[in-house]
Amino acid sequence: MRTIEAKTISEKICEMAKDANYNLNSEMINSFKIAREKEDSDLAKEILSQLIENAEIASDDQIPICQDTGFGVVFLEIGNDVHIKGDIYKAVNEGIRRGYKEGYLRKSIVEDPIKRINTNDNTPAVIHTKFVSGDKLKITFAPKGGGSENMSKIKMLKPADGVEGIKKFVIKTIKEAGANPCPPIIVGVGIGGTFEKVAYLAKKALIRDINDSHPDKHIANLEKELLTEINELGIGPQGFGGKTTALAVKIEKFPCHIASLPVAVNINCHANRHKEIII
Amino acid sequence: MKLKTPLTQKDIESLKSGDKVKLSGIIYTARDAAHAKLIELINQKKELPIPLEGQVIYYVGPAPAKPGEVIGAAGPTTSYRMDPYTPQLFKKGLKAVIGKGQRSKKVKKSMIKNKSIYLGAVGGAGALLAKCIKSSEIVAYPELGAEAIRKLEVVDMPLIVINDIYGNDIYEQE
Repeated sequence: MRTIEAKTISEKICEMAKDANYNLNSEMINSFKIAREKEDSDLAKEILSQLIENAEIASDDQIPICQDTGFGVVFLEIGNDVHIKGDIYKAVNEGIRRGYKEGYLRKSIVEDPIKRINTNDNTPAVIHTKFVSGDKLKITFAPKGGGSENMSKIKMLKPADGVEGIKKFVIKTIKEAGANPCPPIIVGVGIGGTFEKVAYLAKKALIRDINDSHPDKHIANLEKELLTEINELGIGPQGFGGKTTALAVKIEKFPCHIASLPVAVNINCHANRHKEIII
Repeated sequence: MKLKTPLTQKDIESLKSGDKVKLSGIIYTARDAAHAKLIELINQKKELPIPLEGQVIYYVGPAPAKPGEVIGAAGPTTSYRMDPYTPQLFKKGLKAVIGKGQRSKKVKKSMIKNKSIYLGAVGGAGALLAKCIKSSEIVAYPELGAEAIRKLEVVDMPLIVINDIYGNDIYEQE
């Protein structure tokens, strides 16, 4: 049994909150550069250049890439042989509280969805926990902006709708989202499970490496087909037209009921912020 | 094209959807909560905390300024959430709004009718756009935090005309 102090978790989350908001992952910058090469329109090229310049300024000045520094979404993979000394949920929230204050990050959370009074420290986080084998703790911090989250959708399809039904729903969701989620976007798709599970899968899909493919061939093919069809929509960077509407489509699946075919589409903006560490 | 606030009728008439502009001068910030408050005042026929005639509203909730900085990251928020409020503000003389994403049919009609325009800033380029902001002062609703109304002085803010007064929309062009 290995002991991890709760305060260590707070310290790590505090640093990750700043890091995720200031420093765009290098694979995202590379994907902007590749997209810029492919674009014909000057406006599309210019927008991608602005996104690259923006990432450079944010990193040099250590300021957020985007003013919407997001809802703190945290994935914890806890090894069975790890003992957390202290309250893990309190520790995560304390890390967010400190990171958002020290890092001059925007506080975007309201305490009650109806009364809408800001909590002023960006807590609470949305925390997903999973137990795994081993004696390590893996933390993924993925601050999620409101603009792209608002364009996300879920639908309970019929099994008869099949793969064509899935594609139709995903494409319709992206088309309706248009310029709102800050394209070029990353599309996370959940397929299967139950109503709540499928939304989780779509979110989980967003934290995958931008360049990977699903290990199952038929799902990997579906990711490719959807990416091609989404980019044929011509929405383009910022919705001003172009070839790059999405940079990647990531699908996660789970077994489902004989009566069901749940599908969820969780859209992320071009920043696709997420950082992970292993303690 | 360079543009300076407050905007004149001539400025507005000369702009077409797809034009790139560099905006300088005073602009005001407002997003969801501030819009609700402004509309409430208009409905009660009370005085507003900011002028609207010829003015520009930027849909932004900036990140806090680091010590020594004017403002934190300050990119546009999604505009459709302001759709229920915008026509009333155009009617009161507001000449332009800055945001990102499509507007409702009602807002677009109101732009033609009131001769007001909709400008786009690059969503997610908050660090870059902050560089164009030379001063920032909260002028109303400080209790709203990031959603307070701020008076900003901007220099050469890079924008694109999304909707002009002639019914053109950059998002609907083939």
